[in-house]
Formats: sequence, C-alpha cells, structure tokens
Amino acid sequence: MTTTTVIVGASLAGINAARTLRLQGQLGPIVVVDADPERPYDRPPLSKQILTGEWEPEKIFLPAGKEDLNLDFRLGTRAKALDLSSRQIILEGPTGAVETSSFDSLVIASGASARRLPDTAGIAGVHVVRTLADSLALRAELDAGPSRVVVIGAGFIGAEVASSCRKRGLDVTLVEALPLPLERVIGTEMGQVCAQVHIENGVDLRLGTGVLQIETSSVDGVERVRAVVLSDGTVVEAEVVVVGIGVTVNTQWLESSGIALDDGVVCDNTLLAAPGVVAAGDIARYPSERFGRVLRVEHWETAIAGGEAAARRLLAEASGETPAVFDPIPWFWSDQYDRKIQLAGRPMPTDECRIVHGTTAEFRFVALYGDGDRLTGVLGMNRPRHVVQLRALFDEGVTFSEACERAAAL
Amino acid sequence: MRIVVDFDLCESNAVCMGIAPEIFEVRDDDFLYVLDENPPESMRAKMEESVQRCPKQAISIAED
Repeated sequence: MTTTTVIVGASLAGINAARTLRLQGQLGPIVVVDADPERPYDRPPLSKQILTGEWEPEKIFLPAGKEDLNLDFRLGTRAKALDLSSRQIILEGPTGAVETSSFDSLVIASGASARRLPDTAGIAGVHVVRTLADSLALRAELDAGPSRVVVIGAGFIGAEVASSCRKRGLDVTLVEALPLPLERVIGTEMGQVCAQVHIENGVDLRLGTGVLQIETSSVDGVERVRAVVLSDGTVVEAEVVVVGIGVTVNTQWLESSGIALDDGVVCDNTLLAAPGVVAAGDIARYPSERFGRVLRVEHWETAIAGGEAAARRLLAEASGETPAVFDPIPWFWSDQYDRKIQLAGRPMPTDECRIVHGTTAEFRFVALYGDGDRLTGVLGMNRPRHVVQLRALFDEGVTFSEACERAAAL
Repeated sequence: MRIVVDFDLCESNAVCMGIAPEIFEVRDDDFLYVLDENPPESMRAKMEESVQRCPKQAISIAED
C-alpha cells in the first residue's frame, strides 16, 4: 500500500519535508500545495539582495525545488478547509476551481502572512515584504527613486528594508512603536546598539512612535500614499511606505478542522499535531524543554530543521519507531548595512546580558544572555565565528558564568 | 569529492563551520577558509548537510 502525503506550503519547511520523505524512501504521491504561484524560493534575500537589485529572482529558487523528487506541485493553489475524519483537504486552484484531495498523512507548513495596517488596502505605494511578488513590486518603486521611504516597524524585516533603501541612496524614515528596536527580542542594551546602527547609517529613526494615518492623494485616478501621520502629530511626506509589523499565521483553513490552534498549530514535542498530521516552519508551536516554554520560531534554519523533523515524524509513525524530540537551538542572522547580527538561543528581554568579546562602540562584539545560571542566548555583531562556537555550549549544558568564561577564552 | 565554495555568494554565516569545523573555518577576518578541499569520503554526510544548510547556497560538491 502506498502512502499519499499532502504538504500545505512549498516554502522552506514544506519543501524540506517533501525532500526528506522522498530521500527516506516514501514511494507514494507527495502533493505540495502553495497559494504562491512561484516555484519554491528562499525568503531572506527578499528584503536584501532582491530589493537592492543585486540579485535577480533566478538566484533565489531553492535547490530542493529543482531536484527531481517526483513531487506533484499545486502552485497558486490555496488550502481552504481540512476534514480530518475523512482525511480530505479542500483546495482552490488558480482559476478558482475547487477540488478535494485525499491524504494518508499531512504536513502543515502554510506559514504566515505579513500583517498590514488597517484601512490601507489598495493604496498605491504601501508595501509589505513577504513574497517574491511583494519584493519585486517594492523594488520597481524604489527603482523610480522616491524622495523618501517611510518604513513602519524596526524589527528584522523593517531594519533590512531600511538598510537596502539606504544602500540605494534613498532617504529613509524608520518608525518604531517600541522605545527601542527589537527590544522584546534582545532587550534594552542591545536594542540601543541596533538603534545606533540605524542612526550611524543615516536613517531618520523615530522611536516610541506609532502611526496614526496614511495620507493619500489621487494621482491619475489612483489613490496613492502622500504622507504618514505619526502619533506625535508629525507628518512625514513619503512616496513609498513599507510596513514591517510582523506576521499572522496562516491557520484560517484549519479553523473548523479540530486541529488545536493557538497562534499557530499546537504540536507535541515531535511536531505531531494529530495522528498522521505534523506541522513545521513558522506555523508550528511546540514545547521546548531546552527553553522551558512553548515556542513558535520564525527562523530560516528552524524551517529547514522542522520540515525534516516533521517528515521523519510521519515516517516514524508509519514504521512504529520511537519519534525524535524536536528541540533545536533557534538561530538566525540579519544583515543590516555592513553589520551581521546573529542570535542563537531564545533569551527573554529581561535576561542578564553580558558582553564577552569586543565592544558595542565598534559594533563588533559578542554578548551572552543568562537567566540565573542558565545560558539563554548568544548574540553576535560581525562575529560569526564566535556565535557558531558558542552556540555549541547549549548542548554542553554549561552554566551562564562558565559560558562567559569560555567565551572570553576564545 | 571536492568542496567548492562560491566566495562571491558566501557571506560568512558560519553555518558550515558549525557542522564541520574540521573542514570549514571562519576566522577573525570574518572570511571563510576551506581547511581541506578534498575531505575524506567519511565526511560526505556532513558535507551534504553543509551544502543544504548554507543560507547562501554557496557550497557545492564536485565529484572528480
């Protein structure tokens, strides 16, 4: 008997789940569904090399999507609903035609969508950056040389978009509602360093500032952004606005399915969400013993590892093997201007933060985070060697103070 | 097998160094150095993992 697997999501997590199933010997059909019409591509360059114009899209298509894995791709196709009892999924194709697809096992990797500002739909010049189409649409407007770009949200996407715009010589205003960029991820001290990096690179940074309204004007019958009204009453004129205020998970199609949802798909510590159903990537919420809490991780590497682990989970279920626990060390990087920020682990913003190498003044340093005696994070700015070496300490079970000593000796 | 790194693509995220420090080393100048361009066959799984996990798709394996 062959197994039919449906994978919802053809991005990093989905395609790696498909690849792993095939390489581990699954012979039956693997249907890979994605609302995006493009073949699988890599997202990190969307806010960087694609936006700056350094790379053409051809460079970001994922190698796994080009391998001959005998996958049944249904691109431009949206998952609409899931019926667990009959093991069927309702799909809506690019022409709007609805079909029902049966499966034995299901991988939920439908990811997340960029959050938008309310009441801005259809306003020309207002962008998000999540898909290749988003990035190319923004790039086309940047090519026209707008006099100012306002970026709303100084998280990783906003920061990288601001950086790419500055590389193109454009004037940028970066608006952040929090008192410091990334404060909820890396805490106050490191948030200050990130703020300084923007300022040093000529960005007009507005912290602790919200957005009241997008003002528009009609140009050739098209409603187009003209200015952004900030919460302090300031009006910043802008021809282009980029909104980077986070994502919402794509769980709409699961709402009446019986799959447990809580800002993501609730999984066990092996990524299993229901018998024969696994989740991976941005959408998967799993209990991490390592960090003592439930995590939903939006990192690139977690999507790869999760896709592979989810596939192996299905194979273990089929073969009766003991499934492996999914609890990797979260890790990501962000390139902003000429700085590379890397964070391994999952610190709380209130954790102690100790600089163990270099100085923040030279924007080249390593900092460790600790909660009491527990090492919770390794943050590097332009220190990739140290981050990768110190990341290994998580698996050695060293205390925070030992980790600091080891770091100083590197 | 021979390890080929496209240094125009490599941006020194050091993922490969995390997987196989005996082959890949990012030094204090932030550049990647390949310590052994012809790793032994026993390293193949780690080399393939490095190829797959490179965020820039900068590593490939040539068979010659």
